Formats: sequence, structure tokens, C-alpha cells
Amino acid sequence: MSKKVEVKNLTKIFGKHVGRAKELIKQGKSKSEILKETGATVGVDQANFEIEDGEIFVIMGLSGSGKSTLVRMINRLIEPTDGEVLIDGENLMGMDKKTLREVRRKKMSMVFQNFGLLPNRTIMENAEYGLEIQGVDKEERRKRAQKALEQVGITGYNDEYPDQLSGGMQQRVGLARALANDPQILLMDEAFSALDPLNRTDMQDQLLDIQEGLKKTIIFISHDLNEALKLGDHIMIMRDGEVIQTGTPEDILTHPANDYVEEFIENVDRSKVLTAGNVMIRPVTINIDKAGPRLTLKRMKNNEVSTAYVVDNKRKLVGIVDANDVIDLVRHDSSDLRSVVKTDVPTTNEETPISGLMDDISQTGIPFAVTNDKGQLKGIIVRGAVLGALAGNEVSEFE
Amino acid sequence: MSSIPQLPLADWIDSFVNWLVQFTGFFNAITNFIGGINNAFQWIFDLIPIWLFIILILALTFYVNRKDQRWSLLIFELLGLLLIWNLDFWRDMTQTLTLVLTSSLIALVIGIPLGILMAKSHIAEIILKPVLDFMQTMPAFVYLIPAVALFGIGMVPGIVASVIFAMPPTVRMTNMGIREVPEELIEAADSFGSTEWQKLFKVELPIAKTSLMAGVNQSMMLSLSMVVIASMIGAMGLGTKVYFAVGRNDAGGGFAAGLAIVILAIILDRLTQSLTRDHRG
Repeated sequence: MSKKVEVKNLTKIFGKHVGRAKELIKQGKSKSEILKETGATVGVDQANFEIEDGEIFVIMGLSGSGKSTLVRMINRLIEPTDGEVLIDGENLMGMDKKTLREVRRKKMSMVFQNFGLLPNRTIMENAEYGLEIQGVDKEERRKRAQKALEQVGITGYNDEYPDQLSGGMQQRVGLARALANDPQILLMDEAFSALDPLNRTDMQDQLLDIQEGLKKTIIFISHDLNEALKLGDHIMIMRDGEVIQTGTPEDILTHPANDYVEEFIENVDRSKVLTAGNVMIRPVTINIDKAGPRLTLKRMKNNEVSTAYVVDNKRKLVGIVDANDVIDLVRHDSSDLRSVVKTDVPTTNEETPISGLMDDISQTGIPFAVTNDKGQLKGIIVRGAVLGALAGNEVSEFE
Repeated sequence: MSSIPQLPLADWIDSFVNWLVQFTGFFNAITNFIGGINNAFQWIFDLIPIWLFIILILALTFYVNRKDQRWSLLIFELLGLLLIWNLDFWRDMTQTLTLVLTSSLIALVIGIPLGILMAKSHIAEIILKPVLDFMQTMPAFVYLIPAVALFGIGMVPGIVASVIFAMPPTVRMTNMGIREVPEELIEAADSFGSTEWQKLFKVELPIAKTSLMAGVNQSMMLSLSMVVIASMIGAMGLGTKVYFAVGRNDAGGGFAAGLAIVILAIILDRLTQSLTRDHRG
């Protein structure tokens, strides 16, 4: 993966005495100290981060944390006071108006919180706006806008006006307008925050679906940690214009940088974030190509379990055996372990969020087997471990 | 107060106007230009038979209200225009209409760009605001005096005075309309790489349209209110009838002509208001 966007020391100071405030900020003074001394408001305080090509990078924080200012500095809707923004290694700050306009037209598009659709234009005319101002001829831009609209699932509304559509659909049009330009970077400013919860989840799923195919670099602003954890490959947490922590969703959850982040993640619905891989434990396994009933029984006794997971030489899951069945085999002096293996084991893979497994886990008596795409057994999920993980305990039995 | 000599303000203004008079060529050019527009309108109006004119106005009303038809307005227009015809005010009415249309047109052509400038530039706003206040509050009669000095007698000085008096609402409402375009739409336009002109024509003006048209409506009404005043310097039309009626103490004649002005005002007002309402699609 290569770096798509690099942000270095990006700073925004609003108000008067910007020069003096800039000095103070370099000395490491805080936002409130600077406000007191100069009357200037620090919007963003020397933000540094890198975004990889094709990832979803979520900038999250509460209102007033400077996240919206930050994203607007990336396409220079807000002129930074200091610092650099590099897109593919090219510095945006030195660009004249014309070059900047080209970058905005070709490289990045923005999606807005309240959709930003032009009320006097139809859905189609909105979707093709970006292409229209580039001078793309009518037939071509219709085709491309139509494709983008279909991508987001808006068909048959081309001649309607934005206010005739629901919020969720309007935002789909907003997304289509951004996609129609085929930009490499999408800036999404609280794009789903104005939607009702159901629609929001829908849109998040759809964005992930679209991203699967398009692999854009997406910079997503959010105040909702659940959303950030769901969408983000990396998450950056901001507070009072400062970057507090940057990392993968798991980093943030497992190693919060400070009390602020910790407080933040306390409210997260962990079931949506934790995957089967996070909560699985190591099972007692029997290699069916090597072990017979006696060895099996011995191992089960030693480990005090009544079920064992049977794998082959390649650690591929074969099924499970029950202690009673194995005892029967030993009594009858049979060595055919295969005859008692039950193969109808519920399985899942490591990436599955446990929110999706909760119901099944609570209904079936047998623990879930977690396998990888080659069918190899990686671990099992027992009820106790799931509940423990949801309660916030570390799952440490495994590895 | 007596120790402070009286300021020769009036003298200063007089000398300023006298100084302006030397640019005869320039003012003649303007006179010819405005007169040309005025005559073109008048020529068209004189060309159209009265019955066809009435039908055209009814058809226009029908068209601009096609989404939300108001039959009472159509009936009012028909009866009103027939009354004007009957009272033998037709030619006066078209002269007045010409004056209103010409001055409104000029007010738009100057006012809308000024309004845009005002919305875009803070300095322009600071300068223009008091100027607009001055233009609108100065008693309209006062404009007639230099107008005559610079543009002579007739329709043109009347139009010039009307333009000055009627332009401010167009400027103000254009300014307001553009300033009230939601920030997010401006950001959307910018973020997709619109040039300033594209932003103006594709986003700002279309969205400011309602407000802008309200300004046009007000300007038109104000210039109509100038017709009687303008008649004092020889601008022909219904105003002249009223003005003469005042001189002859002819209440009946005055009211009859006044009523014709009212009918014209209502028709113009309703027509431009229909344009103000959003008729998309």
C-alpha cells in the first residue's frame, strides 16, 4: 500500500493575531492559553497523519474538535494557516487557483452532511454537476452520472427534484454526484449524520459495498464511534483541534491513548466491533490421521472436556467427537474413530462480527468452530468467552 | 449658530451640476440610447392592435400561472384593460408602460450586477449601502431638476429619475439573495472545482432567483409610482392626465386616469409576482 494523502503540521487559526498565535502554538501552548493570550481560536493544532491508498480513514471527534475544519483544509475549502497537504506527494498548498481547481475536479470529491444538493436541479442534473463544470459533453456526462446513480441504487428518479426524495436517498444522490467524477479521494463530512439510524446503517453498508469494488481513498468525518469502528481501516480521534490518537479500530479499543479515548469507547457497542477471531479460544483437537479412540479419550480426560474437535493432518476441520461415543468405541475395542465423528458443526470465519453470531451461539449447545478459508480450524467460540469479551474483559486464553 | 456662516451646500451642488453639463456629448449619447429603447417599446406597442394586445396580456398571465391558475386575475385583467380602452386612455397607458418597462429594464441591467458585486465584496457593500439609502429616501422630485439639466425635457429624464429611484430594491434583493445561498451549496460548488462564474450562474443566481425577482417586482412598482412625477418634466402617459387634472381641478378626470394607473400596477405586480414563485419542471 502506498501513501495517498500526507498531512504535515496542518494548522488553522481563526480570528485576529494569527501570526502571534502561530508562534505560541509552535511553543506547544494549548488552545485555551492561546485564546486567552491573543484572542485567536485554534481550529486545528498541527495535525500529522498519513492515509494509505484505498483505505477508509475516519476522523472522529465531537463537535468543535476541528474535524470538519481539518477535512476542509484537505481540499482547501478552508485555507490552512500553516502546514502541508500532499496528495500523491504533490503539495496542495503551493498550488495556484487553476491547478487547485483541476485537483478538485479530477482527484477529490466531497459529500456533505446536509447533502448539498442544488434544489433547482433535478437528480440527474445534480449528479452530473461535477462533469458539467468540467465541460464534459452532455451525452457522456449523462452516461457517467447514470452509472454513478445506479451504483448507489437510485434509479427512476432522474427527473425528480431533491426535496421530493427522502434524506437517505438525497444522500445517495450526493454520493453519486461525488462518484460520477471518478475521483481517487472521497471526502465525506459527517455524510450520514443527518440520517435516521436505520438509514444510516443502510448507507454504511452500502458505502462498504461500493468501496469493495471501487477501492477509493475515503476520508470520513464522524462523531459516532460506532460508525467509525464499522467503517474505518484507520481511525483518528480529535479533541479541541488536537489529534489524540490514530490507529486501527482494534488499536483504539484495546489500547486507548488516554482517559478521553477510554471514556469514548466505553459507550461503544462492542459486539459490532469484536469479531469471531477476537473471542475464539484454543480447542482440544484430535488429529484423526494419527490418533485412535484410546488416545482421544485420554486427551479428553486430561483436558476435562466432553467434546473434542477432530482435524486431519492439514488441520482441516473434520467434525467433533463426543466422549460417550469414544468410550463406547474403546469398550467394543473398535479403532474406527471416524464412525463416531459428527460433521454437522456450526462454523464461522474469523472476520465475522460476533453481533451476527449472538443468536446462534445462545441457541446451539456446541461451540462454534472458527475456520479460515482453507477450512483449517483456528479456534472455537464458547459462550462464556463471548460474554466476557462483551463485558470488556481481554480474551487472553488464545495465543 | 449665527456665528457659523451658512454652508453654501446648494451652491456646491449647483456648480457640480453645471460642471457636469459640459459633458454634453456623453449625456446626449445616454439620452439617445435610453430614448432608443423607449421608442422601440413604444413602436411595438403602437403596432399591436388593442384587441390583440389584450389577448397577449391574458395569454402571458395564463402562461406564467399555468401551474396554479387564477381565473379571477384573468377576468380582472380583461375588464380592466377594456375599461382603459373605453376611457380612451390606451395610448397613454402604453406610454406609461413603456416608461416603466424601460426604466425597470435599465434598473435590472445596472442593479443586478451591482447586487452581485455587493454580495461578493465587503468593500462594495460598505460603499453601496448608504448610496442606496440616499437614492431611495431622497424625495423623487429632486432628481427631476438635474435630470432636466442633463437630459432635457421628455421621456428620457423621466426614465433616468425613475431608474435612480427604483433601482435600490433590485440591488438589495440581489445582494440578499446571493448572501443567503446556504454555505454548504457554495462549498459543494467549490469542492467540485467550479470557477467563480460557474458558481455564480449555476448555483448562486438560480438559488437567489426568488429573492431577485422580488426585487424586480419592487423596482417595477417604484418606477410606476414615478410616472406622475415624471410627467411634470414632459414624460407622456397616464401621469400627464393626472397632472393636467390637478391643474384644472378636475377630480373626475384625475380619478379616471388614476384608476387606469392602478389597473396597470395590479397587472404588472401580479405578473412579476408569478415569476417570483418557483415554477420549475
